[in-house]
Amino acid sequence: MSVNALYDYKFESRDKVENFHGMQVLYIYWPHHLMFCSPVAVMVSPDMTFGDFLEQVLKPAFASHPDSAKADFVKAEWKLNDEPFTPVMSATMKDSGIDHKSMLTVTTPGLDGISGSGS
Amino acid sequence: MAIKNKKLNLKDKYQYLTRDMAWEPTYQKKKDIFPDEDFEGIKITDWSQWEDPFRLTMDAYWKYQAEKEKKLYAIFDAFAQNNGHQNISDARYVNALKLFLTGVSPLEHAAFQGYARVGRQFSGAGARVACQMQAIDELRHSQTQQHAMSHYNKHFNGLHDAAHMHDRVWFLSVPKSFFDDARSAGPFEFLTAISFSFEYVLTNLLFVPFMSGAAYNGDMATVTFGFSAQSDEARHMTLGLEVIKFILEQHEDNVPIVQRWIDKWFWRGFRLLSLVGMMMDYMLPNKVMSWAEAWEVYYEQNGGALFKDLERYGIRPPKYQDIANDAKHHVSHQAWSTFYQYSHATNFHTWMPEKEEMDWLSQKYPDTFDRYYRPRFEHWAKEHAEGRRFYNNTLPQLCQVCQIPTIFTEKDDPTMLSHRQIVHEGERFHFCSDGCCDIFKNEPEKYVQAWLPVHQIYQGNCEGSDVETVVSKYYHINIGEDNFEYIGSPDHKRWLSIKGKSSDAKDAKGESADQDAA
Repeated sequence: MSVNALYDYKFESRDKVENFHGMQVLYIYWPHHLMFCSPVAVMVSPDMTFGDFLEQVLKPAFASHPDSAKADFVKAEWKLNDEPFTPVMSATMKDSGIDHKSMLTVTTPGLDGISGSGS
Repeated sequence: MAIKNKKLNLKDKYQYLTRDMAWEPTYQKKKDIFPDEDFEGIKITDWSQWEDPFRLTMDAYWKYQAEKEKKLYAIFDAFAQNNGHQNISDARYVNALKLFLTGVSPLEHAAFQGYARVGRQFSGAGARVACQMQAIDELRHSQTQQHAMSHYNKHFNGLHDAAHMHDRVWFLSVPKSFFDDARSAGPFEFLTAISFSFEYVLTNLLFVPFMSGAAYNGDMATVTFGFSAQSDEARHMTLGLEVIKFILEQHEDNVPIVQRWIDKWFWRGFRLLSLVGMMMDYMLPNKVMSWAEAWEVYYEQNGGALFKDLERYGIRPPKYQDIANDAKHHVSHQAWSTFYQYSHATNFHTWMPEKEEMDWLSQKYPDTFDRYYRPRFEHWAKEHAEGRRFYNNTLPQLCQVCQIPTIFTEKDDPTMLSHRQIVHEGERFHFCSDGCCDIFKNEPEKYVQAWLPVHQIYQGNCEGSDVETVVSKYYHINIGEDNFEYIGSPDHKRWLSIKGKSSDAKDAKGESADQDAA
C-alpha cells in the first residue's frame, strides 16, 4: 500500500547510508541478556574488520553484564539479519555482507542472564 | 433572520449560533472551500445528520470557561503561597510531573493546532464548531498544565525547558511523533486518531493515573487542573464517539478505511501509554492501582463494551489487541528498566524500587515480576549499593514507527525481544512489533522520514557526537542536576532538608547519599 495524500508524496529516507558520513549503523542483540533493554545501535566503518569490531565495539558495549566475562563471543552462535552467519575475524564489515542498518544477533548457549532470568 | 422571542430557548439558540453558520456556496465551488474533505476516501452524504448532544454555543462556552479559569487560578495562587510542594508524598513524585510537562503538555498544544486546522476542513457546521471549541480547550489545557506545575520549577530540577526538550530529547520523540503523525494525516484520520482512539478509547489510561496519582500524592495544583479539565474532556469524548458513528453511518465504503485507522491508532496509542504504565507502577510513591489493573478496567472492560457496540457497523476490535492485553503484565517494567539505564540522558531521575515496592509489584504481577524482572532489579540495587550504579553507555535501537527503543518482548516468550525487520526500496527498517511494522507497510513514504533521535546523533545533527554534549548543549538538560539517579540528587537533598533531615543521612536502602557518575 502507499500513503494517501493531496499531492505527489515522495521524500528521501532520512536515514539513508549517505547521511552517515562514510559510516554505517549496526545493531547488536544479545538474547537472554535483557539487562540491556534493547539491541544496541552502534556506528561502524564498512572497512572495520570483524575481529576489531568484536574487541573494540561489542565487548565494551556488553562489559557491564556479569555474564560478559564468561561469554566466548568467537564461538557463539551468530545471526545476521535473522539468517545464520559465520563471522570471519579478518574480514571487513563490507566483505562479511554486513550492510547499513544490519542487525547481528549473538547467542551464547548456557548463559541465560542474571540468575537465569533472561535479564 | 427575524427573531420572534427575545429570549431563545436552548434548541433555537444552538440552531442559530451553530448550524446556521453553514450555507450553500453559490459563486465558489464547495470543493475549493473545503479542499481536504474527501481525499481520504471518506464519503459524507448528509452533514445534517451530525449530532451534538451537548448543544453548547459559543456564548455559553466563554462564560463557563471563564468561571472555571477564575477558580483554578485562585487555587494555584493559594498552592504557591502555602508552599504546596512541601505537602507532596515524596520528591520522587515530582519526576512524574517532569515527564508530564515535557511529554504531555506539548501534546495539548499540538492538539490545539490540530483541531484548529482540521476543523476548518469540514463542510458540516456541527463538526466545525465542535473542533473549534476543542481547539480552544486544548490551548487552555496546555497553559493551565504549565501554570499548575510551574510552582514546582522553583523548587525542583528538570522542569525548566519543556517546549525545547519536547522537540529534541530522545524519549520525547515518542509522544511528539505520535501527534505529528496524526496532524500530518487528513481531517477524518486526525479525528479518528485523536478524538476517537485517544480521547474516547484510551484517555482514561492517561488522565486517571496522572490525576488520581496527583490526588494520592498530595499534589493539589495538578488535581485542581484535572477537575477543571474534566468537563472539557467529557465533551471531547463525546466528539470522539460521535465522529466515529457519524462516519460509519454515512456510507458503508467508510468501514474498511475507519477499521484501518482504528487498528493503527489503537496500536500507536497503546505504545505511547507505555510511558504512563511505568509512571503508575514506579514513579508514584503512593500507588493508585497497577498498570495491569488500569488496563483491565479502562481498556479490556470499557473498550470491550465499546467494540461490541460498534460491531453492528461492521467494525471489529483493533488488530493485535491480544498482544496489547498480554503486554499489560510487562510494559511498565520494561519501560522503567529502559529509563533507569538511560537516566544520564533524561530530565528526570530514576531509582530502584524499595523493598515494599518490589513486594507490591510481585503481588500485582504474580506471573511476571518475580520471574523476569525482580532478579534484574535486585542486581541493579546491589550494584548501586556497591558504588556501581548501572548506566547503559551505548545507544538503543529504535522502532521506526513508535520510536520507542525495541524493548518489548514476544507474547509467547518474554525472554526474547520482539523485533521485526523489512527491506523497503533497498533500505533496512526495524520495528518493535507486527503492529508497528504493519503501520509502516501501509504508508512507507511517511515513516521513511522519521526523525529518530539515535540516528540524528550519529549523523551529527545534535550539536555533538558524545552523549554528554548532546544532553547538555542540544537537550538543555543540566548534567548532575536534572539527570542520573534520584538517591543523592540535588532534588533528593533538597527534599531531605525540607523535611528537616540531614542529606548525608542514610536513605531507606541504607546507602549513603552520594551521586554516582555515569
